[in-house]
Amino acid sequence: MQTLDPGTRVRVRQMMPLGHVRTPAYLRGQIGRVERVLGPFANPEQLAYGQPAMSLPLYRVRFDLADIWPDSTAAGDTIDAEIYAHWLEHA
Amino acid sequence: MPHDHPLSPSGHPYRADQDTGLSYWQALEIAVRELMIEKGIVTASEVQAQVEAMDARTPAQGAALVARAWTDPAFRDRLLADGSAACTEMGFDIGPMRLIAVENTATVHNVVVCTLCSCYPRNLLGLPPDWYKSRAYRARTVREPRRVLAEFGLNLPQDTTVRVHDSTADMRYVVIPARPAGTDALDEAALAALVTRDCMIGVGVAKAP
Repeated sequence: MQTLDPGTRVRVRQMMPLGHVRTPAYLRGQIGRVERVLGPFANPEQLAYGQPAMSLPLYRVRFDLADIWPDSTAAGDTIDAEIYAHWLEHA
Repeated sequence: MPHDHPLSPSGHPYRADQDTGLSYWQALEIAVRELMIEKGIVTASEVQAQVEAMDARTPAQGAALVARAWTDPAFRDRLLADGSAACTEMGFDIGPMRLIAVENTATVHNVVVCTLCSCYPRNLLGLPPDWYKSRAYRARTVREPRRVLAEFGLNLPQDTTVRVHDSTADMRYVVIPARPAGTDALDEAALAALVTRDCMIGVGVAKAP
C-alpha cells in the first residue's frame, strides 16, 4: 500500500460497513490532510473478531472544524483523528 | 400523613433504595470471571490485585512528564517527537501504550476526547473521570469545543487555535500545558504539583504557583 506523505489531501471513504470499525461516522466523506504517519498497526476490524489481522499504516488526519460543521464560527480550529489506510483516498 | 412519609431519626425523609437487577454486561462479567476462577486460569486474589493496581494509578506520572518537559528543552523535543520513548526514558512502565504528546502554546490549545469509546492514557493519568466517558463530553467536544471548554471555566480568546484530538485508534494523548508565569525558581517536583489531570486532558490550565 502506497504511503501518504504528511500534507497529502485525503478523503475519508464514505462507507458504512457493519461490525467493529474505528472510523467515526462524523468524519466519513470529509476531506483533511495527513498530519503524520503512524504504525503499522493490525487492522482492528479483523482483530476484533479474532481473525488474522492485516498490518496497516495509520494516519493522523487533520480536519478543519468549519468543514465538518458548517455552522461553526471558529475558523482555524481543527480536529485530528487516527484513520487506517484502507479508509483513505486521495482528494 | 406521618406514617406514609416517615422521617429518619435525623429528621430527613427516607429515600428509596436504588436497587436494580444486574445489566447484561454485569452478569456476563461475573459469569466469565467465575468460570475462569473455576477452571484455574486466574485466582480471585489475582483479579482483586489487578483491580487494586488499576485503581491505584494517579496522574502523578503525567505530571512528572510535564514538569520534565518544562525544565529540559531537549527532553521536551524528544517527548513531542516520540511520546512513548520519552515515557520509557522517564523509567515508566507503559506496557503496550503508544503515546503522542501535544503542546499548548501562546496561540494553540489542545484538548483530547475519544468519541468512539473512552481511550485514555491510564498509565500516566490514572482512571478517566466519569465525564470523560459521558456521551455529552464525547459528542460535544468535537462539535463545539469552545463551549465545552467554557463550561470547564476555560474561555479561550478567538485568536487561539483549538486543536481537538479524537483518540480513535492506537494512540493515546497527553497535553503538555503551558508553564505558568512566575515559576522560574521552582524545581521539577514543585512544578509537577501544579500539573492537574484536567490540564493534561486539555480542559484546564496548570495551576498558578
